[in-house]
Amino acid sequence: MTPVLEIADLQTHFANRDGTVRAVDGVSWNLARGETLGIVGESGCGKSITALSVLRLVPTPPGRIVGGAIRFEGRDLLAMDEAALRRVRGNEISMIFQEPMTSLNPVLTIGRQIAETLMLHQRLPRRAADDRAAEMLDLVRIPEPRRRLGQYPHELSGGMRQRVMIAMALACSPKVLLADEPTTALDVTIQAQILGLMAELKARLGTAIVLITHDLGVVAEMAQRVVVMYAGRKVEEAPVGELFARPLHPYTIGLMASIPRMNRGGTDGGRPRLAEIRGIVPSLKRAPVGCTFAPRCRHADAQCRAAYPPLAEHGPGHVVACWHAGRIAEGGHA
Amino acid sequence: MPEAPLLEVDGLVKHFRLGGGLFAGAGATVHAVDGISFTLRQGETLGLVGESGCGKSTAGKTVLRLLAPTAGAIRVDGADIAALGRAAMRPYRQRMQVIFQDPYASLNPRMTAGTIVGEPLENYGIARGAAKRERVARLFDRVGLRAEQMAKYPHEFSGGQRQRLGIARALALDPRLIVADECVSALDVSVQAQILNLMIDLQEETGVAFLFIAHDLAVVEHISHRVAVMYLGKIVELADKRALFHRPLHPYTEALLQAVPEPDPQVKRTRVVLKGDVPSPLDPPSGCRFHTRCPIAEARCREIEPMIREVAPGQMVACHLR
Amino acid sequence: MVTTILVEEEPDAPPRRWSLRETVGRHPTVAIGLVILLLLAAMAIAAPYLWTVDPLRISPAFRLRGPSERFWFGTDHVGRDVYSRIVYGSRISLQVGLAVAVIATAIGLVVGLVSGYVRWLDGFVMRIMDGLMSIPGILLAIALMALTRPSLETVIIAIVIPEVPRVVRLVRAVVLTLREQPFVEAAEAVGTSFFNTLRRHILPNAVAPLIVQATYICASAMITEAILSFLGAGIPPEVPSWGNVMAEGRQYVLVAFHLIAVPGAFLTVTVLAVNLLGDGLRDGLDPRLRRRL
Repeated sequence: MTPVLEIADLQTHFANRDGTVRAVDGVSWNLARGETLGIVGESGCGKSITALSVLRLVPTPPGRIVGGAIRFEGRDLLAMDEAALRRVRGNEISMIFQEPMTSLNPVLTIGRQIAETLMLHQRLPRRAADDRAAEMLDLVRIPEPRRRLGQYPHELSGGMRQRVMIAMALACSPKVLLADEPTTALDVTIQAQILGLMAELKARLGTAIVLITHDLGVVAEMAQRVVVMYAGRKVEEAPVGELFARPLHPYTIGLMASIPRMNRGGTDGGRPRLAEIRGIVPSLKRAPVGCTFAPRCRHADAQCRAAYPPLAEHGPGHVVACWHAGRIAEGGHA
Repeated sequence: MPEAPLLEVDGLVKHFRLGGGLFAGAGATVHAVDGISFTLRQGETLGLVGESGCGKSTAGKTVLRLLAPTAGAIRVDGADIAALGRAAMRPYRQRMQVIFQDPYASLNPRMTAGTIVGEPLENYGIARGAAKRERVARLFDRVGLRAEQMAKYPHEFSGGQRQRLGIARALALDPRLIVADECVSALDVSVQAQILNLMIDLQEETGVAFLFIAHDLAVVEHISHRVAVMYLGKIVELADKRALFHRPLHPYTEALLQAVPEPDPQVKRTRVVLKGDVPSPLDPPSGCRFHTRCPIAEARCREIEPMIREVAPGQMVACHLR
Repeated sequence: MVTTILVEEEPDAPPRRWSLRETVGRHPTVAIGLVILLLLAAMAIAAPYLWTVDPLRISPAFRLRGPSERFWFGTDHVGRDVYSRIVYGSRISLQVGLAVAVIATAIGLVVGLVSGYVRWLDGFVMRIMDGLMSIPGILLAIALMALTRPSLETVIIAIVIPEVPRVVRLVRAVVLTLREQPFVEAAEAVGTSFFNTLRRHILPNAVAPLIVQATYICASAMITEAILSFLGAGIPPEVPSWGNVMAEGRQYVLVAFHLIAVPGAFLTVTVLAVNLLGDGLRDGLDPRLRRRL
């Protein structure tokens, strides 16, 4: 199956007065039609910059896409002129962000904002665009959609605003939806509503979703495949079941062990120690020598410190960038 | 319970008046905390969870008397501090400390790390000069920072290190109670684990009690001994963590627990998704405040407010139907 | 429950404390402004030694002369040396600018701190400030001049009064923002006294915007002084100030354009220098701008 979106060796750098920050340093993945791909990692790992790079929304300067290719249905987005790119943005690929309040224009009604996207991309007349906007609000389960069209963003709750953002993003029936921490700013009960809505809309409209999040729970629930990023690179990629059952990169293993889980403390009410990943994320300002995770990794040896490990396949669709992945796979997580 | 509680909060109320001023009339009232009661013993961690706007942070700040309570009692070692003035509060401030959510914003950017951690010692005239330096160095060591880092400024530390600074400052006065207000929610998970482990270690060493306020249920379950769930200014359930997480009785607690996505794709759990949003604390619903979203609400829930009562040993619930 | 995600990265960046050298390096405008102002200050101090003559000496034989070897900037309608008057006039402009900036900032700081920190006083103080702000500055100055004997001091007072509310508003806004900051709350929680909270936590963080505001006040005060002198409501006419030179020259603008042009150019350059300094400091002192990638 040909992927709808394909990213190959993407490199996005930020110029800084202290040097160059390699925010995204040679990342590749692809997204199949109708699939949900999860991208996880901690802050600063480059997951959001990857998504912004897809639509060339990286603030330039200081940011710059310095290498790689981004192919959407075979067309290279990096080679497109601005006008062609604008026809893709919000139309064939759209994006939703963490904080819906800052992504909505506070002085325009939500109806106007949705209708404008439709008028721009689908060349719908005003009346038809309004009708479609109401339909979209209904689709995202906003009660009384007709009345809501006339409301301003501040009149809505956080959950409602995120629904509006989703309605806006899906208005032109995009083929790809980039969702950057879409539920991080929301309460858990509202998050459950929004995740349910996204899963349902995906099934109905067949939109492929790139879901960027730091929450392993959200990924486990939503994604079919997962890419784990660390310090600007992809360190592991696997189908979701495989990744959670058999994580192979020491970073992924550490990440999974460091989150407290509900109902795992047993019935004695004890407080087991959480596994820590010692140290902190390295600076992305220096060109890395060896594996970027080596300073924090207990498997690290001379080889790790000398050369960055290539991505190698350790099972169907399971790729890992670790010199010791084979040994870790045999020896379990020990 | 042979031990007398360290902290006893009884019917605590905190309302905020919006608007008002020289030429403005009286504004609306936010019912942020509306009559909550709980106790906290030496060496114990009480988790306080709930969604945004439920009043958990306001409750924490009011207990610390960073906000003046509207009504109710806050007893520390038996003495009510709810109405004490600034001067009379001083000795109690020494016993109760706080760790904030945003480790960057809670550190003065123009002061060095050493000065920040030493400020409480100076305020209470506990140590000065070389003696103060030495005590601060010991505090740095205790939270896993190096003494050489005392001369650095907050922005030179990473997020996790900044939160360690916040903990060192809270520990400086050897408090008996620390209110931790969302103190790990701004941190990445691997760093969060470091801070949670540190807090548990410190509690075991010093016997300090934590009032641990957070929205992340898994974190709260991990660190707490007992847990209170808040909804719109009220405690709806308070129980040992084991009971609360394995056998929640309040329908809100149940929905909240089910809403948390499990980091395990094998688990396909049934989930009651709550409808709608949390009502505004400006105008909380009549009767049981949860009735507008409750999947099992009956007619009486709309009219009669359920009182919190002990339903099972050590498990208090405010619901007519349980 | 807005989660702030902090960048958890190795803090290997060099200390980013504010330093004059770094600010100048990144904002060359600061250097340009500073150099011009230092030159002007040197000129004002060393006025008697800069080949000047008595700026009040009248030479009726040499009236309205153009620039020449003897009179560098020409002479005015009573034959006074314009070069000497301008060099001595810089004393007036700089004095007015500096005095107004310092006095208005000091008064505004105290009133603003009180207004921002003592809630029950706030409404009352701010209404008084609103009242003061609603009086047009120039009119107030003219009225004050009419009531009192024109002098440098009265000019300074007249310009200070309408500037104070602006500073108060700024300081109050900064204090209101700062007092909600978690680190101020944290200070209170560790038992820091009211006075120490102001001194350690509020003031140092309010200083940066205040310095910037002071430079703008300084620039605007110099212009206001010139306008007042030009209107004949400022410094006594015999005192050489840039505004007075221009005021006396306006009738002769067609025959002696230099009487307006030269002091005008000096005033423009001075005000520009102060504003350049202010803009550079604004960017250099703002920690958010400094912390950016």
